[in-house]
Amino acid sequence: MSDTKAPVEDWATDFDHTHPDYAAGAPAIWDDLRKRCPLAHSERFGGMWVPTRADDIKAIADNDFGNYTSHEVVVNEYANNDEMMPPPIGGAPPITSDPPFHADARRLLLAPFAPKQINKLEPFTRQYCHDLLDVALAKAKDNGGVFDAAIDYAQHIPVRVIAEMLGLPPEDGDRFRTFIHHIIENPIERELEEEETIEYYLDAQIERHRANPKPEGEGDLIDHLLSVEIFGEPLSPEHVRGTVVLLLIAGIDTTWSSIGSSIWHLAQHPADLERFRNEPDVRIFAIEEFLRLYAPVTMARRVAKDHELRGQQLKQGDWMLLPFPAGNRDPEAFEDADQFIIDRQKNRHGAFGLGIHRCLGSNLARMELAVALEVFTERVDDFELLDPATVRFSTGQIRGPRELPLKVHFDA
Amino acid sequence: MKISYNRELCQGHNRCYMLAPELFDVDDEGYAVLKVEGEVPAELHDKAQLCVDNCPEYAIELTD
Repeated sequence: MSDTKAPVEDWATDFDHTHPDYAAGAPAIWDDLRKRCPLAHSERFGGMWVPTRADDIKAIADNDFGNYTSHEVVVNEYANNDEMMPPPIGGAPPITSDPPFHADARRLLLAPFAPKQINKLEPFTRQYCHDLLDVALAKAKDNGGVFDAAIDYAQHIPVRVIAEMLGLPPEDGDRFRTFIHHIIENPIERELEEEETIEYYLDAQIERHRANPKPEGEGDLIDHLLSVEIFGEPLSPEHVRGTVVLLLIAGIDTTWSSIGSSIWHLAQHPADLERFRNEPDVRIFAIEEFLRLYAPVTMARRVAKDHELRGQQLKQGDWMLLPFPAGNRDPEAFEDADQFIIDRQKNRHGAFGLGIHRCLGSNLARMELAVALEVFTERVDDFELLDPATVRFSTGQIRGPRELPLKVHFDA
Repeated sequence: MKISYNRELCQGHNRCYMLAPELFDVDDEGYAVLKVEGEVPAELHDKAQLCVDNCPEYAIELTD
Protein backbone atom coordinates (compact mmCIF):
# COMPACT_ATOMS: atom_id res chain seq x y z
CA MET A 1 0.00 0.00 0.00
CA SER A 2 2.73 2.45 0.94
CA ASP A 3 4.29 2.43 -2.52
CA THR A 4 1.02 3.69 -4.00
CA LYS A 5 0.86 6.77 -1.76
CA ALA A 6 0.60 10.10 -3.51
CA PRO A 7 3.96 11.87 -3.59
CA VAL A 8 4.43 14.69 -1.07
CA GLU A 9 4.80 17.96 -3.01
CA ASP A 10 5.68 20.16 -0.03
CA TRP A 11 6.07 18.83 3.52
CA ALA A 12 4.85 22.17 4.94
CA THR A 13 1.41 21.77 3.39
CA ASP A 14 1.14 18.06 2.58
CA PHE A 15 2.90 16.31 5.49
CA ASP A 16 2.62 12.50 5.62
CA HIS A 17 4.57 10.55 8.24
CA THR A 18 3.45 7.26 6.67
CA HIS A 19 5.13 8.06 3.35
CA PRO A 20 8.30 6.08 2.42
CA ASP A 21 10.20 9.35 1.86
CA TYR A 22 9.61 10.19 5.54
CA ALA A 23 11.12 6.90 6.67
CA ALA A 24 14.18 7.59 4.58
CA GLY A 25 14.75 11.22 5.52
CA ALA A 26 12.67 12.51 8.44
CA PRO A 27 15.45 14.50 10.19
CA ALA A 28 16.08 16.65 7.08
CA ILE A 29 12.31 17.23 6.74
CA TRP A 30 12.07 18.42 10.37
CA ASP A 31 15.07 20.73 9.97
CA ASP A 32 13.60 22.28 6.85
CA LEU A 33 10.16 22.80 8.43
CA ARG A 34 11.57 24.22 11.64
CA LYS A 35 13.21 27.01 9.63
CA ARG A 36 10.42 27.97 7.27
CA CYS A 37 7.14 26.61 8.64
CA PRO A 38 7.33 25.49 12.28
CA LEU A 39 3.67 24.44 12.32
CA ALA A 40 3.19 22.36 9.17
CA HIS A 41 -0.21 21.19 7.94
CA SER A 42 -1.66 18.41 5.90
CA GLU A 43 -5.06 17.65 4.44
CA ARG A 44 -4.26 13.97 4.74
CA PHE A 45 -5.88 11.87 7.53
CA GLY A 46 -8.76 14.36 7.65
CA GLY A 47 -6.53 17.31 8.57
CA MET A 48 -3.34 17.28 10.64
CA TRP A 49 -0.93 19.82 12.19
CA VAL A 50 2.76 19.14 12.76
CA PRO A 51 4.94 21.29 15.05
CA THR A 52 8.72 20.86 14.83
CA ARG A 53 10.05 23.31 17.44
CA ALA A 54 10.91 22.04 20.93
CA ASP A 55 9.04 24.84 22.73
CA ASP A 56 5.84 24.31 20.71
CA ILE A 57 5.99 20.55 21.26
CA LYS A 58 6.44 20.97 25.01
CA ALA A 59 3.60 23.50 25.26
CA ILE A 60 1.22 21.21 23.35
CA ALA A 61 2.23 18.21 25.48
CA ASP A 62 1.78 20.27 28.66
CA ASN A 63 -1.72 21.18 27.38
CA ASP A 64 -2.20 23.80 30.09
CA PHE A 65 -5.38 25.15 28.48
CA GLY A 66 -7.04 21.84 27.61
CA ASN A 67 -6.74 22.57 23.88
CA TYR A 68 -5.93 18.94 23.06
CA THR A 69 -7.27 15.50 23.90
CA SER A 70 -5.37 12.20 24.08
CA HIS A 71 -8.49 10.17 23.29
CA GLU A 72 -6.73 8.96 20.14
CA VAL A 73 -2.93 8.89 19.99
CA VAL A 74 -2.28 7.10 16.70
CA VAL A 75 -3.29 8.98 13.55
CA ASN A 76 -5.80 6.97 11.55
CA GLU A 77 -8.67 7.42 9.14
CA TYR A 78 -11.36 5.57 11.07
CA ALA A 79 -14.12 7.24 13.08
CA ASN A 80 -13.75 6.39 16.78
CA ASN A 81 -17.06 5.08 18.08
CA ASP A 82 -15.96 3.22 21.22
CA GLU A 83 -19.01 3.63 23.44
CA MET A 84 -17.54 1.44 26.19
CA MET A 85 -14.53 3.71 26.72
CA PRO A 86 -15.72 7.28 26.09
CA PRO A 87 -13.67 10.37 26.92
CA PRO A 88 -11.92 10.97 29.29
CA ILE A 89 -11.10 7.22 29.54
CA GLY A 90 -10.33 6.14 25.97
CA GLY A 91 -9.57 2.70 24.63
CA ALA A 92 -6.16 2.15 26.25
CA PRO A 93 -6.02 3.95 29.60
CA PRO A 94 -4.09 5.89 30.75
CA ILE A 95 -2.43 6.87 27.45
CA THR A 96 -5.83 7.59 25.87
CA SER A 97 -7.18 9.27 29.00
CA ASP A 98 -7.56 12.96 29.77
CA PRO A 99 -7.70 14.66 33.18
CA PRO A 100 -9.10 14.12 35.70
CA PHE A 101 -9.54 10.37 35.07
CA HIS A 102 -6.00 10.10 33.72
CA ALA A 103 -4.24 10.64 37.05
CA ASP A 104 -6.20 7.87 38.82
CA ALA A 105 -5.71 5.37 35.98
CA ARG A 106 -2.00 6.19 35.75
CA ARG A 107 -1.40 5.90 39.49
CA LEU A 108 -2.43 2.22 39.34
CA LEU A 109 0.60 1.56 37.15
CA LEU A 110 3.33 3.82 38.47
CA ALA A 111 4.70 1.54 41.19
CA PRO A 112 5.41 -1.52 39.00
CA PHE A 113 7.33 0.72 36.56
CA ALA A 114 9.28 2.77 39.12
CA PRO A 115 13.08 2.42 38.83
CA LYS A 116 13.67 0.20 41.85
CA GLN A 117 11.12 -2.35 40.59
CA ILE A 118 12.44 -2.25 37.04
CA ASN A 119 16.04 -2.74 38.15
CA LYS A 120 15.08 -6.19 39.45
CA LEU A 121 14.52 -7.25 35.82
CA GLU A 122 18.05 -6.36 34.75
CA PRO A 123 19.71 -9.78 35.33
CA PHE A 124 16.90 -11.52 33.41
CA THR A 125 17.25 -9.03 30.54
CA ARG A 126 21.03 -9.36 30.47
CA GLN A 127 20.89 -13.15 30.30
CA TYR A 128 18.32 -12.99 27.51
CA CYS A 129 20.54 -10.61 25.49
CA HIS A 130 23.41 -13.09 25.84
CA ASP A 131 21.14 -15.94 24.74
CA LEU A 132 20.07 -14.00 21.65
CA LEU A 133 23.66 -13.26 20.69
CA ASP A 134 24.68 -16.89 21.20
CA VAL A 135 22.22 -17.75 18.43
CA ALA A 136 22.82 -14.67 16.25
CA LEU A 137 26.61 -14.97 16.28
CA ALA A 138 26.49 -18.69 15.56
CA LYS A 139 24.25 -17.84 12.59
CA ALA A 140 26.69 -15.14 11.47
CA LYS A 141 29.62 -17.56 11.62
CA ASP A 142 27.83 -19.83 9.16
CA ASN A 143 26.79 -16.88 7.00
CA GLY A 144 29.97 -15.00 6.14
CA GLY A 145 29.77 -12.92 9.33
CA VAL A 146 26.35 -11.49 8.45
CA PHE A 147 23.36 -11.20 10.76
CA ASP A 148 20.55 -8.69 11.21
CA ALA A 149 20.80 -6.70 14.46
CA ALA A 150 17.16 -5.55 14.22
CA ILE A 151 15.60 -8.90 13.35
CA ASP A 152 17.91 -11.32 15.19
CA TYR A 153 18.55 -9.17 18.28
CA ALA A 154 16.79 -5.85 18.99
CA GLN A 155 13.20 -6.84 18.19
CA HIS A 156 13.17 -9.76 20.63
CA ILE A 157 14.36 -7.98 23.77
CA PRO A 158 11.35 -5.83 24.74
CA VAL A 159 8.95 -8.59 23.66
CA ARG A 160 10.53 -11.11 26.01
CA VAL A 161 10.69 -8.73 28.97
CA ILE A 162 7.11 -7.42 28.69
CA ALA A 163 5.81 -10.99 28.23
CA GLU A 164 7.56 -11.83 31.50
CA MET A 165 6.05 -8.81 33.25
CA LEU A 166 2.52 -9.41 31.94
CA GLY A 167 2.58 -13.18 32.33
CA LEU A 168 2.05 -13.91 28.62
CA PRO A 169 3.57 -16.90 26.79
CA PRO A 170 7.00 -15.85 25.47
CA GLU A 171 6.50 -17.96 22.35
CA ASP A 172 3.72 -15.57 21.26
CA GLY A 173 6.25 -12.85 20.38
CA ASP A 174 5.57 -13.02 16.64
CA ARG A 175 1.86 -12.46 17.30
CA PHE A 176 2.63 -9.38 19.40
CA ARG A 177 4.68 -7.90 16.57
CA THR A 178 1.84 -8.57 14.12
CA PHE A 179 -0.60 -6.73 16.41
CA ILE A 180 1.79 -3.79 16.51
CA HIS A 181 2.10 -3.71 12.76
CA HIS A 182 -1.68 -3.45 12.45
CA ILE A 183 -2.17 -0.92 15.25
CA ILE A 184 0.79 1.44 14.98
CA GLU A 185 2.90 0.89 11.92
CA ASN A 186 0.16 0.57 9.36
CA PRO A 187 -3.16 1.45 10.98
CA ILE A 188 -4.82 2.32 7.68
CA GLU A 189 -4.06 -0.91 5.88
CA ARG A 190 -7.37 -2.77 6.26
CA GLU A 191 -10.04 -3.93 8.71
CA LEU A 192 -9.15 -7.14 10.57
CA GLU A 193 -11.01 -10.39 11.17
CA GLU A 194 -11.99 -10.80 14.83
CA GLU A 195 -9.61 -13.72 15.44
CA GLU A 196 -6.70 -11.58 14.19
CA THR A 197 -7.25 -8.82 16.71
CA ILE A 198 -5.26 -8.14 19.83
CA GLU A 199 -8.54 -7.86 21.76
CA TYR A 200 -9.50 -11.44 20.89
CA TYR A 201 -6.09 -12.76 21.95
CA LEU A 202 -5.92 -10.79 25.19
CA ASP A 203 -9.46 -11.65 26.32
CA ALA A 204 -8.39 -15.31 26.40
CA GLN A 205 -5.15 -14.50 28.24
CA ILE A 206 -6.93 -12.31 30.80
CA GLU A 207 -9.54 -15.01 31.35
CA ARG A 208 -6.74 -17.51 31.99
CA HIS A 209 -5.33 -15.18 34.67
CA ARG A 210 -8.78 -14.62 36.20
CA ALA A 211 -9.32 -18.38 36.47
CA ASN A 212 -5.90 -18.98 38.08
CA PRO A 213 -5.40 -16.37 40.80
CA LYS A 214 -1.92 -16.28 42.34
CA PRO A 215 -0.94 -15.68 45.97
CA GLU A 216 -0.51 -12.03 46.89
CA GLY A 217 2.92 -10.70 45.92
CA GLU A 218 3.53 -13.44 43.33
CA GLY A 219 1.33 -12.10 40.55
CA ASP A 220 2.26 -10.52 37.24
CA LEU A 221 0.94 -7.24 35.81
CA ILE A 222 -2.31 -8.78 34.55
CA ASP A 223 -2.92 -10.21 38.04
CA HIS A 224 -2.18 -6.73 39.40
CA LEU A 225 -4.78 -5.11 37.12
CA LEU A 226 -7.35 -7.74 38.13
CA SER A 227 -6.75 -6.99 41.83
CA VAL A 228 -6.64 -3.17 41.97
CA GLU A 229 -9.57 -0.77 42.27
CA ILE A 230 -10.38 2.63 40.83
CA PHE A 231 -12.87 4.87 42.66
CA GLY A 232 -13.58 1.93 45.01
CA GLU A 233 -14.51 -0.49 42.22
CA PRO A 234 -12.57 -3.21 40.36
CA LEU A 235 -11.47 -2.16 36.88
CA SER A 236 -14.00 -2.87 34.14
CA PRO A 237 -13.05 -5.68 31.73
CA GLU A 238 -12.62 -3.03 29.01
CA HIS A 239 -10.26 -1.03 31.22
CA VAL A 240 -8.16 -4.12 32.05
CA ARG A 241 -7.95 -5.14 28.41
CA GLY A 242 -7.26 -1.62 27.16
CA THR A 243 -4.42 -1.20 29.63
CA VAL A 244 -2.92 -4.58 28.75
CA VAL A 245 -3.07 -3.59 25.07
CA LEU A 246 -1.16 -0.45 26.00
CA LEU A 247 1.44 -2.23 28.14
CA LEU A 248 1.99 -4.90 25.52
CA ILE A 249 2.35 -2.76 22.44
CA ALA A 250 3.71 0.54 23.73
CA GLY A 251 7.04 -0.86 24.81
CA ILE A 252 7.86 -3.19 21.96
CA ASP A 253 8.59 -1.47 18.67
CA THR A 254 9.55 1.70 20.52
CA THR A 255 12.38 0.08 22.48
CA TRP A 256 13.26 -2.19 19.57
CA SER A 257 13.66 0.99 17.47
CA SER A 258 15.84 2.65 20.05
CA ILE A 259 18.16 -0.35 20.41
CA GLY A 260 18.38 -0.70 16.63
CA SER A 261 19.09 2.97 15.97
CA SER A 262 21.82 2.97 18.60
CA ILE A 263 23.53 -0.08 17.08
CA TRP A 264 23.13 1.56 13.64
CA HIS A 265 24.98 4.60 15.00
CA LEU A 266 27.74 2.57 16.68
CA ALA A 267 28.30 0.55 13.50
CA GLN A 268 29.13 3.80 11.67
CA HIS A 269 31.05 5.66 14.42
CA PRO A 270 33.99 3.61 15.72
CA ALA A 271 35.19 6.37 18.07
CA ASP A 272 31.81 6.41 19.85
CA LEU A 273 31.85 2.61 19.99
CA GLU A 274 35.28 2.64 21.63
CA ARG A 275 34.22 5.13 24.26
CA PHE A 276 30.96 3.34 25.00
CA ARG A 277 32.75 0.04 25.36
CA ASN A 278 35.73 1.23 27.40
CA GLU A 279 34.34 4.05 29.54
CA PRO A 280 31.50 2.82 31.77
CA ASP A 281 31.11 6.33 33.25
CA VAL A 282 30.19 7.78 29.87
CA ARG A 283 27.30 5.36 29.34
CA ILE A 284 24.82 7.26 31.51
CA PHE A 285 25.22 10.23 29.14
CA ALA A 286 25.52 8.12 25.99
CA ILE A 287 22.19 6.38 26.61
CA GLU A 288 20.39 9.72 26.90
CA GLU A 289 22.13 10.97 23.77
CA PHE A 290 20.99 7.91 21.82
CA LEU A 291 17.49 8.57 23.15
CA ARG A 292 17.65 12.25 22.14
CA LEU A 293 19.07 11.98 18.64
CA TYR A 294 17.25 8.79 17.69
CA ALA A 295 14.04 9.23 19.68
CA PRO A 296 11.62 6.71 18.19
CA VAL A 297 8.23 7.98 19.30
CA THR A 298 5.89 10.53 17.72
CA MET A 299 2.59 10.78 19.57
CA ALA A 300 -0.66 12.33 18.40
CA ARG A 301 -3.49 14.31 19.92
CA ARG A 302 -6.76 15.66 18.60
CA VAL A 303 -7.58 19.35 18.84
CA ALA A 304 -10.25 19.52 21.56
CA LYS A 305 -11.42 23.07 20.88
CA ASP A 306 -10.92 25.66 18.19
CA HIS A 307 -7.93 27.90 18.90
CA GLU A 308 -5.11 29.79 17.24
CA LEU A 309 -1.49 28.63 17.23
CA ARG A 310 1.38 30.35 15.41
CA GLY A 311 -1.11 32.35 13.39
CA GLN A 312 -3.04 29.28 12.22
CA GLN A 313 -6.68 28.49 13.01
CA LEU A 314 -6.91 24.99 14.53
CA LYS A 315 -10.32 23.32 14.47
CA GLN A 316 -11.77 20.82 16.92
CA GLY A 317 -11.11 17.30 15.64
CA ASP A 318 -7.95 18.17 13.69
CA TRP A 319 -5.05 15.82 14.33
CA MET A 320 -2.04 17.26 16.17
CA LEU A 321 1.09 15.22 15.60
CA LEU A 322 3.73 15.50 18.35
CA PRO A 323 7.09 14.59 16.81
CA PHE A 324 9.25 14.52 19.94
CA PRO A 325 12.22 13.45 17.75
CA ALA A 326 11.93 16.76 15.85
CA GLY A 327 11.97 18.75 19.10
CA ASN A 328 15.05 16.83 20.20
CA ARG A 329 16.93 18.18 17.17
CA ASP A 330 15.88 21.83 17.61
CA PRO A 331 19.04 24.02 17.67
CA GLU A 332 17.18 26.53 19.87
CA ALA A 333 17.00 23.87 22.59
CA PHE A 334 20.22 21.88 22.10
CA GLU A 335 23.75 22.96 21.26
CA ASP A 336 25.01 21.26 18.08
CA ALA A 337 21.59 19.64 17.93
CA ASP A 338 22.33 17.52 14.87
CA GLN A 339 25.54 16.08 16.35
CA PHE A 340 25.87 12.95 18.49
CA ILE A 341 27.89 14.06 21.53
CA ILE A 342 28.43 10.96 23.59
CA ASP A 343 28.92 12.78 26.91
CA ARG A 344 26.45 15.64 26.33
CA GLN A 345 26.02 17.36 29.71
CA LYS A 346 22.87 19.42 29.00
CA ASN A 347 20.22 17.14 27.60
CA ARG A 348 16.58 17.91 28.42
CA HIS A 349 15.34 15.60 25.69
CA GLY A 350 11.70 14.64 25.29
CA ALA A 351 12.22 11.12 23.95
CA PHE A 352 9.77 9.77 26.52
CA GLY A 353 7.29 12.55 25.95
CA LEU A 354 6.68 15.50 28.23
CA GLY A 355 3.97 16.42 30.71
CA ILE A 356 1.40 14.12 32.28
CA HIS A 357 1.75 11.40 29.63
CA ARG A 358 5.49 10.86 30.18
CA CYS A 359 6.18 7.30 29.02
CA LEU A 360 5.15 5.02 31.86
CA GLY A 361 7.76 2.48 30.78
CA SER A 362 10.66 4.91 30.48
CA ASN A 363 12.68 3.22 33.23
CA LEU A 364 12.09 -0.17 31.62
CA ALA A 365 13.02 1.09 28.15
CA ARG A 366 16.16 2.80 29.43
CA MET A 367 17.24 -0.34 31.28
CA GLU A 368 16.64 -2.50 28.21
CA LEU A 369 18.53 -0.09 25.95
CA ALA A 370 21.51 0.13 28.32
CA VAL A 371 21.71 -3.63 28.88
CA ALA A 372 21.21 -4.42 25.19
CA LEU A 373 24.05 -2.09 24.18
CA GLU A 374 26.37 -3.21 26.99
CA VAL A 375 25.96 -6.87 26.07
CA PHE A 376 26.19 -6.15 22.33
CA THR A 377 29.40 -4.12 22.58
CA GLU A 378 30.90 -6.69 24.95
CA ARG A 379 30.11 -9.67 22.72
CA VAL A 380 30.41 -8.25 19.19
CA ASP A 381 33.95 -7.03 18.91
CA ASP A 382 34.29 -5.71 15.39
CA PHE A 383 31.22 -4.94 13.27
CA GLU A 384 30.04 -2.62 10.52
CA LEU A 385 26.99 -2.11 8.34
CA LEU A 386 26.87 -4.77 5.65
CA ASP A 387 25.72 -2.07 3.23
CA PRO A 388 24.10 1.26 4.24
CA ALA A 389 21.60 0.82 1.39
CA THR A 390 20.15 -2.36 2.95
CA VAL A 391 19.13 -0.63 6.21
CA ARG A 392 15.38 -0.01 6.20
CA PHE A 393 13.68 2.42 8.58
CA SER A 394 10.00 2.15 9.56
CA THR A 395 7.28 4.57 8.48
CA GLY A 396 4.61 5.92 10.80
CA GLN A 397 4.80 7.19 14.36
CA ILE A 398 7.56 4.84 15.60
CA ARG A 399 10.90 5.43 13.90
CA GLY A 400 13.72 2.89 13.86
CA PRO A 401 15.53 0.35 11.69
CA ARG A 402 13.43 -2.70 10.82
CA GLU A 403 16.25 -4.27 8.79
CA LEU A 404 19.83 -3.73 9.95
CA PRO A 405 22.22 -6.23 8.35
CA LEU A 406 25.66 -6.18 9.97
CA LYS A 407 28.95 -7.74 9.00
CA VAL A 408 30.95 -9.12 11.91
CA HIS A 409 34.72 -9.69 11.63
CA PHE A 410 35.39 -12.71 13.85
CA ASP A 411 39.15 -12.90 13.43
CA ALA A 412 39.74 -9.40 14.76
CA MET B 1 24.42 27.01 46.43
CA LYS B 2 20.87 25.95 47.28
CA ILE B 3 18.74 23.50 45.33
CA SER B 4 14.96 23.50 45.03
CA TYR B 5 12.63 21.02 43.41
CA ASN B 6 9.02 21.55 42.32
CA ARG B 7 7.03 18.36 42.85
CA GLU B 8 4.13 19.82 40.85
CA LEU B 9 6.28 19.94 37.70
CA CYS B 10 7.97 16.55 38.19
CA GLN B 11 6.67 13.86 35.83
CA GLY B 12 8.95 11.08 37.02
CA HIS B 13 11.56 11.08 34.25
CA ASN B 14 14.09 10.03 36.95
CA ARG B 15 16.98 11.81 35.26
CA CYS B 16 18.02 13.52 38.54
CA TYR B 17 17.89 10.29 40.52
CA MET B 18 20.10 8.57 37.95
CA LEU B 19 22.63 11.40 37.71
CA ALA B 20 22.81 12.31 41.39
CA PRO B 21 21.49 9.71 43.82
CA GLU B 22 23.30 11.70 46.52
CA LEU B 23 20.82 14.55 45.95
CA PHE B 24 17.64 12.79 44.82
CA ASP B 25 15.85 9.63 45.83
CA VAL B 26 12.73 8.32 44.11
CA ASP B 27 9.44 7.41 45.77
CA ASP B 28 7.36 4.27 45.21
CA GLU B 29 5.56 5.91 42.28
CA GLY B 30 8.76 7.06 40.62
CA TYR B 31 8.63 10.76 41.52
CA ALA B 32 11.78 12.50 42.69
CA VAL B 33 12.42 13.18 46.37
CA LEU B 34 14.99 15.85 47.25
CA LYS B 35 17.38 14.48 49.87
CA VAL B 36 19.24 17.65 50.87
CA GLU B 37 17.78 20.71 52.54
CA GLY B 38 19.45 24.07 52.20
CA GLU B 39 23.06 24.24 51.08
CA VAL B 40 24.35 21.74 48.52
CA PRO B 41 27.72 20.37 49.72
CA ALA B 42 30.55 21.79 47.60
CA GLU B 43 31.55 18.38 46.24
CA LEU B 44 28.04 17.95 44.79
CA HIS B 45 27.77 21.30 42.99
CA ASP B 46 28.58 19.79 39.60
CA LYS B 47 26.02 17.03 40.08
CA ALA B 48 23.37 19.56 41.16
CA GLN B 49 24.00 21.48 37.94
CA LEU B 50 23.62 18.25 35.95
CA CYS B 51 20.22 17.65 37.56
CA VAL B 52 19.06 21.12 36.50
CA ASP B 53 20.44 20.78 32.98
CA ASN B 54 18.82 17.39 32.35
CA CYS B 55 15.35 17.80 33.84
CA PRO B 56 12.96 17.79 30.86
CA GLU B 57 10.23 19.47 32.92
CA TYR B 58 12.35 22.33 34.36
CA ALA B 59 11.42 21.18 37.86
CA ILE B 60 14.82 21.79 39.53
CA GLU B 61 16.46 25.14 40.25
CA LEU B 62 19.70 26.33 41.84
CA THR B 63 20.10 29.62 43.69
CA ASP B 64 23.19 31.21 45.21
